[in-house]
Amino acid sequence: MLGFLQHPVVVTAEVNLNMVALTAVGLLSRLWQLAYPRAVVFDEVYYGQYISFYMKRIFFLDGSGPPFGHMLLALGGYLGGFDGNFLWNRIGAEYSSNVPVWSLRLLPALSGALSVPMAYEIVWELGFSHCAATGAALLMLIENALITQSRLMLLESVLIFFNLLAVLSYLKFSNSQKHRPFSPRWWFWLVLTGVACSCAVGIKYVGVFTYLLVLGVAAVHAWHLIGDQTLSNVRVLCHLLARAVALVVLPVLVYLLFFYIHLLLLYRSGPHDQIMSSAFQASLEGGLARVTQGQPLEVAFGSQVTLKNVFGQPVPCWLHSHQSTYPMIYENGRGSSHQQQVTCYPFKDVNNWWIVKDPGRHQLVVNNPPRPVRHGDIVQLVHGMTTRLLNTHDVAAPLSPHAQEVSCYIDYNISMPPQNLWRLDIVNRESDTDVWKTILSEVRFVHVNTSAILKLSGVPLPDWGFRQLEVVGEKQFWGYHESTVWNVEEHRYGRSQEQKERELELHSPTQADISRNLSFMARFSELQWRMLTVRSDDSEHKYSSTPLDWVMLDTNIAYWLHPRTSAQIHLLGNVVIWASASLATLVYALLFIWYLLRRRRRACDLPEDRWLRWVLAGALCAGGWAVNYLPFFLMEKTLFLYHYLPALTFQILLLPVVLEHIGDHLCRSQLQRSLFTALVVAWFTSACHVSNMLRPLTYGDRSLSPSELKALRWKDSWDILIRKY
Amino acid sequence: MPPAAGGGLAGSELRPRKGRCGSQAARAAGRDVTTAAATARSPKRPAPPSSRRFEAAGRWALLALVTLTSFATRFHRLDQPPHICWDETHFGKMGSYYINRTFFFDVHPPLGKMLIGLAGYLSGYDGTFLFQKPGDNYEHHSYMGMRGFCAFLGAMLVPLAYLIVLELSRSLPAALLTAAFLTFDTGCLTLSQYILLDPILMFFIMAAMLSMVKYNSCANRPFSAPWWFWLSLTGINLAGALGVKFVGLFIILQVGWNTLSDLWHLFGDLSLSMATLGKHLTARILCLILLPLALYTATYAVHFMVLNRSGPGDGFFSSAFQARLSGNNLHNASIPEHLAYGSVITVKNLRMAVGYLHSHRHFYPEGVGARQQQVTTYLHKDYNNLWIIKKHNSNSDPLDPSLPVEFVRHGDIIRLEHKETSRNLHSHYHEAPLTRKHYQVTGYGINGSGDSNDFWRIEVINRKFGNRVKVLRSRIRLVHLVTGCVLGSSGKVLPKWGWEQLEVTCTPYLKETLSSIWNVEDHINPKLPNISLDVLRPSFPEIMLESHMVMIRGNNGLKPKDNEFTSKPWHWPINFQGLRFSGVNDTDFRVYLLGNPVVWWLNLLSLALYILSASIFAVAVQRGVRLPAEVKGLSQVLLRGGGQLLLGWMMHYFPFFLMGRVLYFHHYFPAMLFSSMLTGLLWDTLLRLSAWSLASYPLARCVHTLGILSLLLGTAYSFYLFHPLAYGMVGPLAQDPRSPMAGLRWLESWDF
Repeated sequence: MLGFLQHPVVVTAEVNLNMVALTAVGLLSRLWQLAYPRAVVFDEVYYGQYISFYMKRIFFLDGSGPPFGHMLLALGGYLGGFDGNFLWNRIGAEYSSNVPVWSLRLLPALSGALSVPMAYEIVWELGFSHCAATGAALLMLIENALITQSRLMLLESVLIFFNLLAVLSYLKFSNSQKHRPFSPRWWFWLVLTGVACSCAVGIKYVGVFTYLLVLGVAAVHAWHLIGDQTLSNVRVLCHLLARAVALVVLPVLVYLLFFYIHLLLLYRSGPHDQIMSSAFQASLEGGLARVTQGQPLEVAFGSQVTLKNVFGQPVPCWLHSHQSTYPMIYENGRGSSHQQQVTCYPFKDVNNWWIVKDPGRHQLVVNNPPRPVRHGDIVQLVHGMTTRLLNTHDVAAPLSPHAQEVSCYIDYNISMPPQNLWRLDIVNRESDTDVWKTILSEVRFVHVNTSAILKLSGVPLPDWGFRQLEVVGEKQFWGYHESTVWNVEEHRYGRSQEQKERELELHSPTQADISRNLSFMARFSELQWRMLTVRSDDSEHKYSSTPLDWVMLDTNIAYWLHPRTSAQIHLLGNVVIWASASLATLVYALLFIWYLLRRRRRACDLPEDRWLRWVLAGALCAGGWAVNYLPFFLMEKTLFLYHYLPALTFQILLLPVVLEHIGDHLCRSQLQRSLFTALVVAWFTSACHVSNMLRPLTYGDRSLSPSELKALRWKDSWDILIRKY
Repeated sequence: MPPAAGGGLAGSELRPRKGRCGSQAARAAGRDVTTAAATARSPKRPAPPSSRRFEAAGRWALLALVTLTSFATRFHRLDQPPHICWDETHFGKMGSYYINRTFFFDVHPPLGKMLIGLAGYLSGYDGTFLFQKPGDNYEHHSYMGMRGFCAFLGAMLVPLAYLIVLELSRSLPAALLTAAFLTFDTGCLTLSQYILLDPILMFFIMAAMLSMVKYNSCANRPFSAPWWFWLSLTGINLAGALGVKFVGLFIILQVGWNTLSDLWHLFGDLSLSMATLGKHLTARILCLILLPLALYTATYAVHFMVLNRSGPGDGFFSSAFQARLSGNNLHNASIPEHLAYGSVITVKNLRMAVGYLHSHRHFYPEGVGARQQQVTTYLHKDYNNLWIIKKHNSNSDPLDPSLPVEFVRHGDIIRLEHKETSRNLHSHYHEAPLTRKHYQVTGYGINGSGDSNDFWRIEVINRKFGNRVKVLRSRIRLVHLVTGCVLGSSGKVLPKWGWEQLEVTCTPYLKETLSSIWNVEDHINPKLPNISLDVLRPSFPEIMLESHMVMIRGNNGLKPKDNEFTSKPWHWPINFQGLRFSGVNDTDFRVYLLGNPVVWWLNLLSLALYILSASIFAVAVQRGVRLPAEVKGLSQVLLRGGGQLLLGWMMHYFPFFLMGRVLYFHHYFPAMLFSSMLTGLLWDTLLRLSAWSLASYPLARCVHTLGILSLLLGTAYSFYLFHPLAYGMVGPLAQDPRSPMAGLRWLESWDF
């Protein structure tokens, strides 16, 4: 009964002082004087504006990455009580007192600090010695570029943290696989792997490369598991299912969760609304929602509408017409119909209003009850202010001569008959009798006579067209394209018979009442799609670089310069570490190929378990470097040195692994071994020395004299700022 | 059909014959199938020799039948329509260029167009047709030679596919199915009937694949004559594929992968000595790397030899290159070799289609930087392109005969004076008209006297101090002394005030890009001796390199515009949309490139089915399940043979997802060939498997035969339905119920 009392209650605590010490120095190096400089440093200007948007709950769209990273930074702002009031306009601008600099920079700094003990854990879990593990952690600790990057409000250090966490938890998981599968510990690390992977992807898209690497290693391990005939089929199936759920399903769900929170937080309309569809905009508070609130839902004959192009490239715009006509003869000598121009206009304007007319009747008002327009109906579109009808005919468009000109028809009595009938084609209909709905329906207008489709060509017209965008009738129909699709944005039922009254009516704001809500998945997919397709203008940048510059650190980035002294912060790595890490990767690759070939000829230099350890270390570290580095060669965006940091971390992990391997297996005699140890110590000392020399450029705490700065410019390609007095 | 189906199951033909190579896997499979089939049906009855001879004859007859059908379909109505269709306007034109020997530029390597030109030349086409735009009538010009050549190669695809599948599966029905899919595919048919590069490219791809598969089968007899033959043939075909289009690279990758895994197996075979392995490696390097490289280079040698007259492609190439072309004004010209002070020069940008540094008597308009004289680049030769090199610190006339000649050296500080207006090339801290982050470049000063903003340092790329600057050959950079920026052209077109010439800026970003590198083209200096430009003639490797750079840049330049409909890679396998080859309206003769939907959708289904069945087998093998002998043989065929084909499909399809250039539907066709072969192999194997699993039922034997027959007939019937797409349609469009194609527009996106 009371048997449990027969044994004393014992708590055994095992504290690895290595870990504690490493964490402590990691924290010290990253958190020391964190709030200095109290000024906007480099890309903080970029991330800062999004933090402000979060604080003010204003919707924004940033194509550079998924929202999790921005949200983490904003969390720092939230904890520090930031109200979002700061104008992020210039690098070097002094922070005002309401900006909690310390707490904004805290999360990246913590991630950077924790990466140090994690490096230790990873190398240890890979099966290498505590000495190698400590070496890896120390290299992470003194790597200047990592210090700089994690001490600022930037995302790379957080990305690196989750990359390492994913690898570490996978290693812990696969190590516990051998002893106790399906134990709580096994489940914990498995689930953590999945979560860390999706966090990495959620911070930057490049996180997906580490995710794929982990998935690949997991797949290989699972394949071995399938081959393990000591396990029953059911057990193998359980193993596979557990992995699939934790490494595929769970990350997807977590990724969706990021967007869910993102959309939950940002409910106010803001500066990027225009890029989104009308339906999305209407789901935000303020902005379009205020305008369209209470519009009638179903478009009827007699409705007054504005038509927005769904594609909205190069800018979102509305179908527009005005009194001016196409010039009789264009500059290149081609002729036009000289009828009224139809364009796409990127601003709200009374000339954007069109009336949907039934070709069979003359009235321009809505009947009571309204007769809704359905898919397949033939309609005419009457321009509200000029009462001319939308028309297209076999005349070449002004700037896209292969397509037809679209005009508002003027009868010049020159045997050019009006061709103003359009068939309504609702693209996202559910049935063929669907009703044309405001905002929700995406429609195409197919010209009845020529089967041309009303399309935004996106080319700005010359001065005669007031630089508005060209609209054409596309004859060469090559299937679906968003530039041929339009949706009703503003809508009201027309009531006035007379043109004068109608003009007044067009000027008045819309009214009545309906509510519409987009589902989360619809909002998510639209937002994700826009984020992936939004184009940042690829402006050149003074500090942009190419992937080839990175391996040997042939470039740097000046992050910040003190407004008066020459104290400055640079993203500049520890050259010794960079060069030796690259060298280690090369050595690893050569040794690996050598061993592989020898094994193929049945000459086993390494015992089996050592070989497997060596392969796994290479797959994760060299592989991690490769997947985080090589894809940049294919990317067309502007690249910077900091893009290399995730790859560099993996390289740094590989470095002690290779050194230990050389010491253990390639140094035959005791003498060689001691010599090698001495070399390693010397090398490490020099790395520390270099790190210390570059420290003023890493922390920016000390102003160096021009001659000292010149002395630090070890490579001609480094750009160190020297003030001219 | 009966001999095919019967032959497939008879088993006797599955046994490798004496004197032929047989792949080990397929052989093992064959043996298993044989024994299984034998035990299942006709226990221990060896086929009599006469029947074996009959089998062989039947096999040849079948191959002949397949080839004949293929040729019949490809050459049927080949002359229709008698006008230019689609890209014939390019490739026909380029064929004519070869006949006329005028130089042109194209983004594809030359072999395909050379062959077209050769075919035209041999068939009596004189190169006088202009090939202006699609729809132009050929009239009296002989175009059938060129079309016939392409159709011939296109028709060869079917027997090639037949042989590949036969080699991989050792099963006649599978090969026959494949042949039927390809013969009856309207897409392949259409693409083969016109003067295009695709039939040539696909021919080389398939031929390379066939020779690779054949040589794999010879693996048990290394260094024998057939082994060498197929190995070197693989190399030759690789060179052909790469020589037609750069996508030939994909088949090279596939062969490379196959070779690597082959070598890996050999390497693991401890019975082979290192010397033998060395021989194996050398043979492959010789046949698969050096031989193709030599042939590929040879096509370029021929290309440059044939095209020796100035033509529309000149402007894409550097000045030194143009000096080779007769009719170009640089040809046989003689100019002083080294730049000296006082020389009158033109400066050309190295970026393609940017032109010469230019200035004229017009100012930048109000509000665009400083109101000084414009400096632009201009593509045409003009007096305003002339500049005089002067020393930065003296304005004395260097052409004074009393003064010694002083050469311009790398690192010198110079001044460039515009000859017509006597203003200096100048830059300052004002933003450039279009590229706001760069500085404006202007012409400044009167009669050569300006200020220190007129000083430029001339630097030769990759050169140390003190060297002279060579005309044409030296790549130079002009660094502005005061601001440290580099003279470049942004390539943007200036508005009307700048006469739509291109913007010149001074870029503060010191990145080495072609747009900031220049070379000196014309050079006049009476004090210096002229040398013939032949001395500066680039060597053949340099020409090769340059033309490849230009081609790569040209390819990268083919970017889709925003609001254009472009074909996306995911459209292709689902046959989402075709390409209009000819005709739009109902009165036109319309040809529409569209895959036979029955074949294509079957391919799509088969891909999924293949992945499913292959992974089931792979998992079963990995789990150590003991499969019955026959099933094991079939699974080997599926995993090894099918794996090769799946790899081929992936290699020829997935890279397109990474490409930024404009893509078209016809890019999918090489992948489609692999996909069709996979379908043939898969269905044959699956039908055999189901026949085996139903072995206890009396109908089992018919399952395979009936399945193959119905697939063949179904494909043939669908071809009957869709053949007007390829052979041409006249009359109302398919929406119209009166049209013969009415009801066949299964997807709304097909517009025929």
